[in-house]
Amino acid sequence: MPKMPERGGARTLNDIRPGGRVRIQRHHSSGAVRQRLLDLGLMPNVVVTVVRSAPLNDPIELKLDASSITLRRREAITIEVTSEETHEETKQ
Amino acid sequence: MSKRDGILVALAGQQNAGKSTLFNVLTGARQHVANYPGVTVDKKYGQYRDAVGSVYTVDLPGTYSLTSFSLEERVAREFLLGDRPDVTVNVVDASNLRRSLHLTLQILEMELPSVLALNMMDVAEGRGIQLDEQRLSERLRLPVVATVGRKGQGREALREAVRAEASRQAETPTPPPVLVDYGALEPVIAQVQHRLAPFKAIADLPQRWLALELLEGDSQAVSILVERLGEPAARPLREAVGSLIAEFEQRQGMEISDYVVGCRDRAVERLLEGVVSGADRGRTTLTDRVDRVVLNRWLAPGFLLLTVFAIYQVSIVWGYELTNVTWPYLAKARELIAGLLPSAHFLVDPYVRSLGLWLVDSANTLLNYVPIFIILFACIAIVEDSGYMARIAFILDKVLHRFGLHGQSTLPLILGGVFAGGCAVPGVMATKGIPDNRARMATIFTVPFMNCLAKVPLYTLLLGIFFVEHKSLMMFYISTMTIVFALLVAKLLTKTVLSGHETSPFVMELPHYHLPTFNGVARRAIERTWQYIKKVGTVVLAVAVVVFVLLHLPGLPEARKAHFQQEAEAAIERFEQTLADNPYRELATGDHLVPLINYYTDYKRAKLNAKGAAGSEKVAERFQARNADFYPLVKRGGDRDTKQAARALKMLARDRQKLRRQMREERITHSILGTIGRGMEPVTQFAGFDWKINVALLASFAARESSVATLGVLFQQGDDENQTLEERMGQETREGGATALLAVSMILFFALYPPCLATTMMVKVQTGSYKWMAFSIIFPTILGLAVASAVYSIGTAVGATGIEAMSAVYWGAFLLLLIVGLFSDRKASRLLRQRFSEG
Repeated sequence: MPKMPERGGARTLNDIRPGGRVRIQRHHSSGAVRQRLLDLGLMPNVVVTVVRSAPLNDPIELKLDASSITLRRREAITIEVTSEETHEETKQ
Repeated sequence: MSKRDGILVALAGQQNAGKSTLFNVLTGARQHVANYPGVTVDKKYGQYRDAVGSVYTVDLPGTYSLTSFSLEERVAREFLLGDRPDVTVNVVDASNLRRSLHLTLQILEMELPSVLALNMMDVAEGRGIQLDEQRLSERLRLPVVATVGRKGQGREALREAVRAEASRQAETPTPPPVLVDYGALEPVIAQVQHRLAPFKAIADLPQRWLALELLEGDSQAVSILVERLGEPAARPLREAVGSLIAEFEQRQGMEISDYVVGCRDRAVERLLEGVVSGADRGRTTLTDRVDRVVLNRWLAPGFLLLTVFAIYQVSIVWGYELTNVTWPYLAKARELIAGLLPSAHFLVDPYVRSLGLWLVDSANTLLNYVPIFIILFACIAIVEDSGYMARIAFILDKVLHRFGLHGQSTLPLILGGVFAGGCAVPGVMATKGIPDNRARMATIFTVPFMNCLAKVPLYTLLLGIFFVEHKSLMMFYISTMTIVFALLVAKLLTKTVLSGHETSPFVMELPHYHLPTFNGVARRAIERTWQYIKKVGTVVLAVAVVVFVLLHLPGLPEARKAHFQQEAEAAIERFEQTLADNPYRELATGDHLVPLINYYTDYKRAKLNAKGAAGSEKVAERFQARNADFYPLVKRGGDRDTKQAARALKMLARDRQKLRRQMREERITHSILGTIGRGMEPVTQFAGFDWKINVALLASFAARESSVATLGVLFQQGDDENQTLEERMGQETREGGATALLAVSMILFFALYPPCLATTMMVKVQTGSYKWMAFSIIFPTILGLAVASAVYSIGTAVGATGIEAMSAVYWGAFLLLLIVGLFSDRKASRLLRQRFSEG
């Protein structure tokens, strides 16, 4: 069972509606899931856009640079993010 | 694979980088597929010649990185470490360099001489991305070649670069440059390297790489250490590394693997500075625009249905029509072989002949499906290459996942025949692509529940006898029932026998849409069809021999043989008496009799198969040429004597056929298979199956097609009645008290029946275990028998009609499906809400 985000308003990728742009803060998954997410470029500090959810609401599709990534909500909930509406898309 | 006089080249790259296409371009037609030792991952290899010599090329599985988390990664890494290819061609997606170079850095850390193939340059250009290849090459200190695999561009340049790099390394081996600065981790790496240095047993491994992997806690690296050094020597090393890890993670406040990824990412960023320009990240691509429609919440299911319907229509419906064109050739081949085999005797044929024809018939039923498979596989290849397959998985994952399957289970289920017509063999074969091990196993065991092409004839037969009025409703039940059963069984298996299996996340990339190339599609369609013929063909033929033996041994008792011999002689005598005063007597009796009667049956069959007046004309010519003396006796018309002789011949042929049929029926009754069938009656009686049906179902285990053929033999009657199998079986079973309820029981059993032997062989290949293969036979048998027995027994008790019983079963299963689906959904969403409220 992955560790959950701490209490106090931390948002996860699962909460973001289609169209939302967010910056990945950190992962609460481990092992193969974490490695896979990192391999696909979902690294901390990267900005992603939630494009859509599947017709039955799950999984969701993300856009990251030129690639589209899909993941289930149970994985999305392990990714802590912050909103990125006001920032330019740059990496720190 | 031996290097022999040539060099060994490995192709490594991430998924969707076009690696396999480039492999095809590089090696051309000469390729082979094998398995990596002990695992079910395909090992594709090929060979080409350049100006200097042969180049053996291996296409490694596509991997995003080289950790040991997934099977593909482990396989790729083991090959790179163990076989040490002379050159590794690292295929990267030029339009997604940022992510691709992570793998490049890992390959370089393994100190593998490499060439970078900047693939999909056209896509990058199309997106307005400019790449400074020269600068990238200088920074990576690697040869860089631009390629467009789909158009075959860059082949010669890549071949030259590979050869040049191999020669350079042979002359002056130079270790690849250190490109990543791990900052605070560097002293720790040095410390580990220092501790590893004294051990000769691991001196051949890249030291910096090994140190780094150990620090990342990579399980495979640890086992290499234990394997090579032995546990006593490895333990202090592991403990020392363990404390270094703990110390570093404490100090940095993060896991080493995250730290490493971060360092690599910064290194990639520096490498790409000034190399890539013009990448407009915000721009909407064509793929985005297409997906806006195709993946639209409301439209997506429609497009999906349309696609599946199109595949079904093109491959199954049109493909079936195509088999009408190809079947005559197979029939002709059978005639040809029949002519080569020793000719038939009057009553008993030589074994060589009957076995030979039995094998030809078995092979023909299989080959008959080849046109369907070529089209089906081509359609699937188009869906895969275009990028839509991944989107199907995206759309359906929710439903399938709820029952323990995976979005990527869709392709195997379609191939297996979700609606009507497919084959479990390619279906099970296609489960290879499912990344989640538990879902993959569940898919393997549910694909055989689909409506494979060979189940259809039995359904058609039974519906034709018992459900003339409700045919379409029954067909609807049968074709949709499969997926209902499959989902329920998948859920059951996931919760029970498969619960211990490893699962992995649904995290995957949706590739950009591509126009599939003709070559790519054709190559894969033919490759897969050939695999099917090869794998299934050998099994089906082997099993055909076994079934033949089981149906022929121990043969008739002597007394019965003598009885039939007597009957035959009596028939011949009658024939000779009729012809006593006939001028044809000389020609038609004695040694001429058997050839004449064979001539007659061959002629009749040829006439039956001939199409139209022109066809008949040809047959006539052929037989006239074969034996001009016999010919007047088989064709219509002629003088009084000819007519009399022809009539007598017809009678004799009929008697002969009748005797042969009676003999065959008695032989089957006494055969080993017949005995087994009767022995099973105490169990199968609850499902209403008598021994004849048992024998047919047993025979169908060899190949489903044979069930109808076997029933045909068992439910045969006198020759004169000339009834169809439907009529004969209907009459005989109704006389025996059989009802539509029995038909329902048979249909249900057949739907849940174990996969045919060819499929179980494929299950063995895909699961890598005989235990699971046995499970794939035993479980459905018990399930099918239980369901069939319950329906037949309860149905008989309450006096339900066939259609009532079928409706009850169907809607009962459907209700169960809804309950299971909703229940697991409630649980899942509760879990999600719970996590959310904690968060």
